[in-house]
Amino acid sequence: MNRNNNKTSFFILYDQLRWEEKSLIESAKKKDIKFELINCRENSIELDKPRDTYHNDIILQRCVSYYNNLHSTAAFEGLGAKMINSLHTAIMCGNKLFSHMELSKSGISTPKAFCAFSNQSAMNILNKNGYPKVIKPVVGSWGRMIALLKDKEAAEAVIEDREHMYPLYHIYYFEEFVKRPPRDIRCIVVGENVVAAIYRYSDKNEWKTNMALGGRAESCKVTNEMEDLCLRATRTMKGEILGVDLMESDKKGLLVHEVNNTTEFKNTVRVTGINIPSLIIDHLVNSNK
Amino acid sequence: MIKCAECDAEIKIPSDAMENEIVTCPDCGASYELIKSNNGFAIRPAQSVGEDWGE
Repeated sequence: MNRNNNKTSFFILYDQLRWEEKSLIESAKKKDIKFELINCRENSIELDKPRDTYHNDIILQRCVSYYNNLHSTAAFEGLGAKMINSLHTAIMCGNKLFSHMELSKSGISTPKAFCAFSNQSAMNILNKNGYPKVIKPVVGSWGRMIALLKDKEAAEAVIEDREHMYPLYHIYYFEEFVKRPPRDIRCIVVGENVVAAIYRYSDKNEWKTNMALGGRAESCKVTNEMEDLCLRATRTMKGEILGVDLMESDKKGLLVHEVNNTTEFKNTVRVTGINIPSLIIDHLVNSNK
Repeated sequence: MIKCAECDAEIKIPSDAMENEIVTCPDCGASYELIKSNNGFAIRPAQSVGEDWGE
């Protein structure tokens, strides 16, 4: 990490440059703000340096890779940097079971969930609670490896497959299948503000609403209820820049079903026209004051 | 000119391209990462196919 210029306002830590990272770079340049890029994959970190090595350095964490993201956050934060978001946020948001427990602890409505640690106990709890249920890997995104278990046969097939996978997939995490309109809501939080929201509609042949799976997006007005829920979730996760996903349950109203630590926002900018990169850059600059 | 390894379509490199930038094939949607080469940029499959963190 090059720290030869003490006038740098902040650093952007990345491993790949998506639309989001390029828009942040472009926005900072337009504002004539001094910043530096750190390529996570080209840097090594001496972990036993003094604990204040990066004191007063603000680092925006934008690594796409979950593992790069989590571990580089731990390293830089441990050496004194202010990471946005923090290690606590990365840990809690990056794992669906951890997220569920944090949200529940704060009284934030979230889909009912349960977990099991062997295939037999997973089947037992599914059979006890009934179907349909949704199985999710505790770590993962873009809707991958999330499956709707409509009955016992479907559950047995998926769980048998899981037994041959990496041990992380033997942590069985299930959620209720929430009855809702065929959409969810992605809200972008920057600091103390919910700056934009979109509805994400599932593709006609898909029950999941992830944009990566072909869903479509529409602008969504941020209501007081949504704002309150998103800011409570943000405070619970101790986050600063987050993507909070909501579902509109027929029975329970708004539920927080996921909080994204290094959120993507390309589709939100496209649909709402709100300049999220600019708002993030302003937040980083203000964090340095 | 860079061609998609999946479908052979031409992939346009932005004029302000940077190393590690993600580019997408306009025809088949495959994602690639730009890497520096002697002639400017080459591509390799985007790492995000292997593991993920995102929207």
